[in-house]
Amino acid sequence: MADPMRIRAQLKGDVTEVRVLMAHVMETGQRKDSAGNVVPAFHIQEVTATWNGKSVLTAQFGPAVSQNPVMNFSFKGGAKGDKVVVSWTDTKGDKRTDEAVIS
Amino acid sequence: MEKLRRLTIKAGSSFAVIAAAISAGVLPASAFAEWNKAAFDAKNMNDVLKAMGGGAAEKSGDIAITAPDIAENGAVVPIAVASKLANTQSIAILVEKNPSSLAAQFDIPPGTEPNVGTRVKMGQSSNVHAVVKAGGKYYVATKEIKVTLGGCGG
Repeated sequence: MADPMRIRAQLKGDVTEVRVLMAHVMETGQRKDSAGNVVPAFHIQEVTATWNGKSVLTAQFGPAVSQNPVMNFSFKGGAKGDKVVVSWTDTKGDKRTDEAVIS
Repeated sequence: MEKLRRLTIKAGSSFAVIAAAISAGVLPASAFAEWNKAAFDAKNMNDVLKAMGGGAAEKSGDIAITAPDIAENGAVVPIAVASKLANTQSIAILVEKNPSSLAAQFDIPPGTEPNVGTRVKMGQSSNVHAVVKAGGKYYVATKEIKVTLGGCGG
């Protein structure tokens, strides 16, 4: 299991702003190790975010997204105390799901 | 001009190597049907648009790309895209001169602001395109970002 994500969800007016920091190496498949072998691609492919069971964002990442990806987005609605759940899946099928409470 | 030509040759040959590696099964194929492999493998904007099921993209002034003009570290280039187009359905970030153009694609369900941000790697100075799908049509905005230190480990 990969390291937990850091998620911050803040209510600003009627919009909830969400910032997610995922811990992942995001290997591109372009790099070579010291022996000259290509390091195979290994990166987050899909990210989904839900609020109260409703999808608020889905994203597909390619290898060009930076290491330890950051993602910002915002959605209408949300109330203090509601939960935002974010999960990702990487190229090896690893999954990670974390949640944050809107503040 | 000469430099540009050299770059093109260099880029072209590395693409061929990658393509050969994929066809030989060296690179792992996507394990997930939902992940749009064709779009992420595409080498230029037109191919990405085709893989996403769209035609030509129209230039639009209603898309704002927030990113530095000069990125000191190509491994972490913060890019935010905001769309003012009605019915924005998805936002894609493309880096023209990366080995594969498409960096990330965000699907925006109704109720979510058409405004997303992330950080991408850039191998070299390049145009960055934000492709927005709104009301079934594709729109594009472009910003040039200069990179002083490449981010693809080359």
